[in-house]
Amino acid sequence: MSLRILAVDDSASMRQMVAFTLQSAGFEVTEAEDGQVALNLAQKEKFKLVLADVNMPNMDGLTLVKNLRTLPDYKFTPLLMLTTESTPEKKAEGKAAGATGWLVKPFNPEQLIATIRKVLG
Amino acid sequence: MSLDLSRFHQTFFEESFEGLDTMESALLRLDPASVEAETINTIFRAAHSIKGGGGTFGFTAVSAFTHLLETLLDQMRSGSRPVTAELVDLLLRSVDAVRELLNAARDGRPANLDLIAGHQLALEQALAGKPVAASSTGGPATEPPPAAARGWRIRFVPQPGLFRSGNDPLRILRELAGLGSLSAEAQLPEALSLADTQPEDSHVSWNLELLSSASEATVREAFAWVEDECELQISPLLAADTRPALTLIQGGKAETPPPAASAAPKARAGSERRSAGEGTGSIRVPTDKIDVLINLVGELVITQAMLAQTGANLDPVVNERLLTALAQLDRNTRALQESVMGIRMLPMDFVFSRFPRLVHDLAGKLGKKVRLETVGADTELDKSVIEKIADPLTHLVRNALDHGIETAAERLAAGKPEEGVITLRASHRGGSIVIEISDDGRGLSRDRILAKARSQGLDAPDSLADAEVYQLIFAPGFSTAEVVTDVSGRGVGMDVVKKNILALNGQVDLGSRPGQGTQVTIRLPLTLAILDGMSVAVGEEVFIVPLAAVVESLQAHPEDVKTIGHSARVVRVRNEMVPLMALHDLVGLPAATENDRNLCILIESDGRKLALGVDDLLGQQQVVVKNLESNYRRVPNMSGATILGDGRVALILDAGELVRRLQPAVAA
Repeated sequence: MSLRILAVDDSASMRQMVAFTLQSAGFEVTEAEDGQVALNLAQKEKFKLVLADVNMPNMDGLTLVKNLRTLPDYKFTPLLMLTTESTPEKKAEGKAAGATGWLVKPFNPEQLIATIRKVLG
Repeated sequence: MSLDLSRFHQTFFEESFEGLDTMESALLRLDPASVEAETINTIFRAAHSIKGGGGTFGFTAVSAFTHLLETLLDQMRSGSRPVTAELVDLLLRSVDAVRELLNAARDGRPANLDLIAGHQLALEQALAGKPVAASSTGGPATEPPPAAARGWRIRFVPQPGLFRSGNDPLRILRELAGLGSLSAEAQLPEALSLADTQPEDSHVSWNLELLSSASEATVREAFAWVEDECELQISPLLAADTRPALTLIQGGKAETPPPAASAAPKARAGSERRSAGEGTGSIRVPTDKIDVLINLVGELVITQAMLAQTGANLDPVVNERLLTALAQLDRNTRALQESVMGIRMLPMDFVFSRFPRLVHDLAGKLGKKVRLETVGADTELDKSVIEKIADPLTHLVRNALDHGIETAAERLAAGKPEEGVITLRASHRGGSIVIEISDDGRGLSRDRILAKARSQGLDAPDSLADAEVYQLIFAPGFSTAEVVTDVSGRGVGMDVVKKNILALNGQVDLGSRPGQGTQVTIRLPLTLAILDGMSVAVGEEVFIVPLAAVVESLQAHPEDVKTIGHSARVVRVRNEMVPLMALHDLVGLPAATENDRNLCILIESDGRKLALGVDDLLGQQQVVVKNLESNYRRVPNMSGATILGDGRVALILDAGELVRRLQPAVAA
């Protein structure tokens, strides 16, 4: 069974890039364009990993992570933030919300695959 | 592996340009007096996305510039920098700079560096104006490992809640193992009783030894996600240090019990519904695909009409089932046609949204106070029409600003409010859309228009009605502005505006009251693909007259038809003499042998009328317009062609061209 990943970003090009990259590495990817859509999807299906942008309309990435962590299915699931900020405060905010870690934008496809492989083992 | 990301560039550019539009309209909404947090957030998000995408897709100039913008916006968002009108102006100009950078990147040309550098400097100065901690990515300084170190000794004590952030010590150990040779020793707390253990907690602590040349920073990097969820000590492992090697970690397998994550297996039926894509409200489709679809539906409508016509001749009793099916086909075809046309419909906002910025900038340049109001921005119109109406509308708005609205001083002197108002209004009326551009400015001056017209050698007697005087504005090369400004006097006159609108089968009317303002009304068909027409017969041939141009059809009394000079004829219609032209003459067909009915169709275009003599009126119908130029060649007096229900081709008359062509001949 291939592993299903949920990619959440309001930017279509980022979403497509992430999806394409991960698919070419053998993962299955579902896309969502904001936190609310992602949360709805996650309630219907358990994803192995969630990659979420921070700044999004409707529901931002931090709120999404907070909400996901309250779901029994997502108690231990790796939830990674895609962020352009790498200040300690931003990271602390992410951690406080329940994020597993982060990937600092811009990243290239190779870095993305390496990180996901590391997390999913 | 290297993946080619260029396939995403198109999407990136599209969404970035959309983002810039969003920023622009939000910036224009931004009122320094009462700042709405969500408005700034919206602007910030757009800038943020462009920066992120720019970096990812290798457009470094875009991301570097947007980074400055974003930093400034972040300060505005957090309240550490007050929102001022100057700042909003700077941001608006920066939006232009980003647009230029994106355009350059898309077209693969160098960007206009003078423009960019100027804005960049302004942004940097604005940022320097208040020392705010830059959100740089500089991490803590890393010390090189001591010379004698052959690796690192690591003490790693995760907090019990580590699993609950989705982290896993094994992931970290695997990562370390990738740096060199790793040995690990797992420890359980001595005081831990079974009663105290929680299956979801992490109780194990680790002593690790990593034989590697990696720097301490690299080693710390592996713990970056958990550094505040653990106790971590890293010390160099010296060559002299000879402690026994610990258990070797291989392939991430160690003897820790897996966390309870797997202890709650979820029974997932294979039939579980796929939810991918659910909730995504729209998809992007290239317009040429839609054009093909519309074309096919057009063909289907014609085929359906052929079937209907054939069916009409059949015996309704014998062929009852066939006829029922045909009626159903008719309904379905219509529904299909309507929904396919609906795909191409865009709200007028598509065009209207560019005007707040235009008005903001131009009003500033002209030193006028102007407010723009838009009504009916959600009125929908075919995409191809919207694209073609954008330029004429821009021209009209510029005109209203430049020539219509007075300066604040002039307005106050005239007893009007200081601020002028330009209103854009769109609404549906029947099968058309009506767009109105009105201002509350000084209005058109009849005398100035007449004087100007005469100085340009146009025929402009004093007896002309106001409406006719106003029409003079649409004459080629006409401009009443005494000084050609760089705002509207760009050599593109109202004649071009009118030509563009007529080319869309539209009409334009002008109304004005001195001192109270001017109103331009444009009426356009909702789509160019379908036309409401009146079919008329000339001999054996059928022609379509666009219904929009038809005023009435009438049967003239023989005594109302007069011949002027040798051949020119006019017909009296309610005491108005209208030029009369037999359609068979126009298209070179023989006159019908028996035509004493004097059937005429009165058409109007540009405010001028023409009576067309025809043999018969066949009825009103919607026709699918086929382009003549691309399928055959241009035919004088015809705007297109269509295929009738019986398979014959019928030409569609170009009312505007007919009126223009015949008028001088008759007047002479």
